[in-house]
Amino acid sequence: MEDSTSPKQEKENQEKLGEARRSWEGKTAASPQYSEPESSEPLEAKQGPETGRQSGSSRPWSPQSRARTPLGGPAGPETSSPAPLSRREPSSTPSPPAPARQDLAAPPQSHRTTSVIPEAGTPYPDPLEQSSDKRESVPLHTSQSERNTFQQSQQPKLHLCGPRDVSYNNAKQKELRFDVFQEADSNSDCDLQLPAPGDSEGAPSMLETAIQNAKAYLLKTSSKSGFNLYDHLSNMLTKILNERPENAVDIFENISQDVKMAHFSKKFDALHNENEMLPTYEIAEKQKALFLQGHLEGVDQELEDEIAENALPNVMESAFYFEQAGVGLGTDETYRIFLALKQLTDTHPIQRCRFWGKILGLEMNYIVAEVEFREGEDEEEVEEEDVAEERDNGESEADEDEEDELPKSFYKAPQAIPKEESRTGANKYVYFVCNEPGRPWVKLPPVIPAQIVIARKIKKFFTGRLDAPVISYPPFPGNESNYLRAQIARISAGTHVSPLGFYQFGEEEGEEEEEVEGGQNSFEENPDFEGIQVIDLVESLSNWVHHVQHILSQGRCNWFNSIQKNEEEEEEGEEEDEEKEEPDYIEQEVGPPLLTPISEDLEIQNIPPWTTRLSSNLIPQYAIAVLQSNLWPGAYAFSNGKKFENFYIGWGHKYSPDNYTPPVPPPVYQEYPSGPEITEMDDPSVEEEQAFRAAQEAVLLAAENEESEEDEDEEDDYD
Amino acid sequence: MDADSLLLSLELASGSGQGLSPDRRASLLTSLMLVKRDYRYDRVLFWGRILGLVADYYIAQGLSEDQLAPRKTLYSLNCTEWSLLPPATEEMVAQSSVVKGRFMGDPSYEYEHTELQKVNEGEKVFEEEIVIDKAVAIIPRGALFKTPFGPTHVNRTFEGLSLSEAKKLSSYFHFREPVELKNKTLLEKADLDPSLDFMDSLEHDIPKGSWSIQMERGNALVVLRSLLWPGLTFYHAPRTKHYGYIYVGTGEKNMDLPFML
Repeated sequence: MEDSTSPKQEKENQEKLGEARRSWEGKTAASPQYSEPESSEPLEAKQGPETGRQSGSSRPWSPQSRARTPLGGPAGPETSSPAPLSRREPSSTPSPPAPARQDLAAPPQSHRTTSVIPEAGTPYPDPLEQSSDKRESVPLHTSQSERNTFQQSQQPKLHLCGPRDVSYNNAKQKELRFDVFQEADSNSDCDLQLPAPGDSEGAPSMLETAIQNAKAYLLKTSSKSGFNLYDHLSNMLTKILNERPENAVDIFENISQDVKMAHFSKKFDALHNENEMLPTYEIAEKQKALFLQGHLEGVDQELEDEIAENALPNVMESAFYFEQAGVGLGTDETYRIFLALKQLTDTHPIQRCRFWGKILGLEMNYIVAEVEFREGEDEEEVEEEDVAEERDNGESEADEDEEDELPKSFYKAPQAIPKEESRTGANKYVYFVCNEPGRPWVKLPPVIPAQIVIARKIKKFFTGRLDAPVISYPPFPGNESNYLRAQIARISAGTHVSPLGFYQFGEEEGEEEEEVEGGQNSFEENPDFEGIQVIDLVESLSNWVHHVQHILSQGRCNWFNSIQKNEEEEEEGEEEDEEKEEPDYIEQEVGPPLLTPISEDLEIQNIPPWTTRLSSNLIPQYAIAVLQSNLWPGAYAFSNGKKFENFYIGWGHKYSPDNYTPPVPPPVYQEYPSGPEITEMDDPSVEEEQAFRAAQEAVLLAAENEESEEDEDEEDDYD
Repeated sequence: MDADSLLLSLELASGSGQGLSPDRRASLLTSLMLVKRDYRYDRVLFWGRILGLVADYYIAQGLSEDQLAPRKTLYSLNCTEWSLLPPATEEMVAQSSVVKGRFMGDPSYEYEHTELQKVNEGEKVFEEEIVIDKAVAIIPRGALFKTPFGPTHVNRTFEGLSLSEAKKLSSYFHFREPVELKNKTLLEKADLDPSLDFMDSLEHDIPKGSWSIQMERGNALVVLRSLLWPGLTFYHAPRTKHYGYIYVGTGEKNMDLPFML
């Protein structure tokens, strides 16, 4: 005990913990309480000498006993625990539960304590105090001869510690620890010290001093954080003992950090917290609105109406099938999208609607719905053609307003190919997008051929904001919403397929060979479709057909002959020249007709354009056929023989085995006829200027002479 | 993603659209359990799926106690039988990087290349996976910690990133031996916590902007997608312990990235 206390304390700490584990195996926090009162003792004992001695009365003991009572309490049933500590004997009497923690008066106990103290190592009849007393006595035993002094010293200490304990629970824990070292120490050394009563007078005081110094050091408040090590260690050990993590020693540092952080308990800072979670709550609110929309007008009639005119597709069913193929957005997300689609159909006059897919973007994603409006209920479309045309012809017109008549450029922009009418070709469907289900749907503008042509030449990621500019070369005529629409059109044209026979052509109308514009445009469902075996669908690609028109390289589905229009327009002078330069006849572009089987699709450098699979090899009888496009990675189609559906999920770009190369800018164009007006000439040299001036003067003179002669003649005449 | 929390992870990563079909999921759950037992791994990660023209490769990785030790890679065609992929030599790595294009789906398929010898598809899959793993496997900061003795351990007290941290690229590290750490200036190094910041962060990845960070479900889930290797999705639910990554793609690098940004 008289060794230096600090290393000892550490060792004792460990021992204490070890003992704690051993002796209190499976015990709950009763154990810490158990030892606490004991710790209070030695603590008090250390402070004893300083505070002076008071003759013992029951009173000062009370805190101790109070401390002990809880000890006694839980210790009662558990007194078997001190059994390993040889000096203890289990007491079986349950003690009253420890209300006495705060109870300073426990006279009977103190009596017991006092009575206990004189006995060293003997079993105490008092069940309540047995273990605790033993504990106490253990440290006391360290200096048996000084028991009395101890007691006396303890009394005032108890007294001191009492109120402190009351106010500060943690002190108990500290005391616990100290107690434990005392205890551990005394356990080991008690016997040694027993025969040495003579030294006891000096020893405890030195020991106490040392311990006290150590404790004071531990209690030193850190200048930075205001904590002290003692409190921190006590908190940590409490936490460990409460939570009992596995391999606590390995995560000791983390626990230490956690305890420190716990001190900074956040007060409810409404402002700070709100900012962080606000978007979450916002979107949750919006999505909640989705769920509630159905209940807004709960009239039976409405319900019937809804069921009758069902424009809404069964998204969940398709999602189920796609899930078999390993494609999908997760059930919850799909359901939310389903509800959002329902909202869309409720607010717009929609004939048919389909969940087209999801396009990923850098900042946000797009959820796309393909929609067909009811007949005659098309929303008006913004005229966008004029903008494009103006831009093309702007150059030539602006120049003409200059004062000097600048040479007229004979560049005439190729006439912008007009977009297709709605409901035909690439604009057959209208597309709505939203960033997340719950957010409002935005209608995408119809696509114009120029956009498709340029979209084929560029490859850009979508950002997620519809109004973002698309900066590329060649410059894209439009912003992200146009680019998105163009890509959607391309993907639809390239990857929307259906089983052979599902669709058939409508009644054939008279075809005029000369003006065939892309062949049949219309198709309808075949009521007699009987389905194709799933195996057939997987094995042969000819059982699938495209049901969306192919987009020609012009950018349209139906050929537009721009030459004819040129002839009809008024011709400017220069246009005649232009006409001669162009071929008189532009070859009509022809694409594969509608409903061609996909086995006709071109390969991409030895890679087949489609991959077919059965959704499950384990249970083939219920499997479905899944088509995966290799040209547009992310495009899927499934069919179970009778039903089919197309879906796209991806970044929105075509696959090319070679890397993307941006197109080369065209060669510089000869805009103006070269002639003397715009041909650069060297500045005349001085001699040339002089010669020129001389010549001019000569001419002037000659002219003046003539004029003067004429004037004279005229004057003569008037006379 | 950890095989122990496979279902939840698949659900969280489903935003990218590609996942697993129910039968694959079910077979994965059982087979990965067995793999863990047979090979005595500490953790088994389901790495992802490489789409081939004919069939797909399902890849799993086994980790030992030291999280940063080289991981063992297993592959399977049907999610039930797993085989170790043989480790590749340098020359094979060089060779396979030359052979471009999609995978076939048949591990014994031999690629022919005019200059080099035939490259076995099995090896190519392995190398591709290694390359992708080195490039884009990521871990949130604080999920692993390094002990002074060397081995890296899973941090059991990792409570998840906070929302503000989750939106920053610097809170995510590459799940591999650090390469750029030594190049940091002393000032930067002074701020690092040596037990937590011992891997490269994503901030300095080249090309800049090759990661797309998004919050899905309104801040309840942060999803990082790699634009350089399209198909890699990393998800993390802030303030929770759930995080993971999965690769579902063709196994090809997106060389057009600079044009696309």
